[in-house]
Amino acid sequence: MKLQEIVDSLSLSIKTPALDLNREVTGGYVSDLLSDVIGNSKEGYIWITLQIHLNIVAVASLKGLAGIILVNNRTPDEDTLKKALEENIPIMTSSLPTFEIVGRLYNLGLRCQ
Amino acid sequence: MPVEFIADLHIHSCLSPCAELSMTPRGIVEKAASIGINILAVCDHNSVENVEVTRDLARKKGINVVPGLEINSSEEAHILGLFRDLESAFKMQEIVYENLQPGENDEDRFGMQVVVNEIDEVLGFNKRLLIGSTNLTVNKLVESIQGLGGVAIASHIDREGFGIIGQLGFIPPDIKFDALEISYRIKHSEALIKFDEYRHIPFVSSSDAHRIEDIGRSTTRFLMNHSTFEEMGLALKGIDGRRVRF
Repeated sequence: MKLQEIVDSLSLSIKTPALDLNREVTGGYVSDLLSDVIGNSKEGYIWITLQIHLNIVAVASLKGLAGIILVNNRTPDEDTLKKALEENIPIMTSSLPTFEIVGRLYNLGLRCQ
Repeated sequence: MPVEFIADLHIHSCLSPCAELSMTPRGIVEKAASIGINILAVCDHNSVENVEVTRDLARKKGINVVPGLEINSSEEAHILGLFRDLESAFKMQEIVYENLQPGENDEDRFGMQVVVNEIDEVLGFNKRLLIGSTNLTVNKLVESIQGLGGVAIASHIDREGFGIIGQLGFIPPDIKFDALEISYRIKHSEALIKFDEYRHIPFVSSSDAHRIEDIGRSTTRFLMNHSTFEEMGLALKGIDGRRVRF
């Protein structure tokens, strides 16, 4: 599934408009402990979190994640967005809580293998 | 000529909801004195309200108390702030209180938050949600602590929950911590290997005691000329033969 389809389907707000969303999403992972994301997420996964620290971009880049969805209208700061552009990691936000986001992604067919 | 001082810089008093009620300033000081601790810091969660009493009691035993607190950042990483004097510590507490998540402590769920006097009498209960987090980022917290002349230490970096590496994956290189705390949970020889990439920052170790019997279970030795906050800062920087060992 393409990231663009997910963004459209969940009406996500795009925080990194300069980045191409025509990229394949192979699964999803949810965690707010970044060390856990480093340990357990997989390349191509979309990551759902409430953490907005700059380090989320580094972790997503390290793991080759397809993008990051921030829940509950959490707003990343300027530094985080700047780094996201540099590292080519799309960041989206939603007003929905994590449970709702993940439920919808699961219904779209995404899994965590 | 530097001499050795034994420090336990992370002890919770009965003001921390998760600490035992026997962790009164008097109880802490008596235990610390009995095992030969020279410097101690009571670092309660997001508050310094039991520090002054501890300092006054410890002075009579010849123990130096460094005013401090353990702050919960917006990322839920625990950061210790240690200060030269009570005034600076209270200023930090003011910043923390302004940014602490709203809500009242639920004693049944989290535990009591007791402010006591020198003879273990209850002066009052702190009603704030001290177990909660602030909306201050780690970066902002370290900046605020150091801006008040304090020392910023990342708590228990070997711990997954509430440790900065667990919460944030790695220590952001732009944050200039004065020291990193290794907990009692990991062998220090293992910690030196595991956290080798952070060896440019001084390591310290403390008990993180929540019970009397845990005080001093892990300590840091400061080699310095006198037992003062300034000397501790110099020892962390390794200036003129001063140094820290853990």
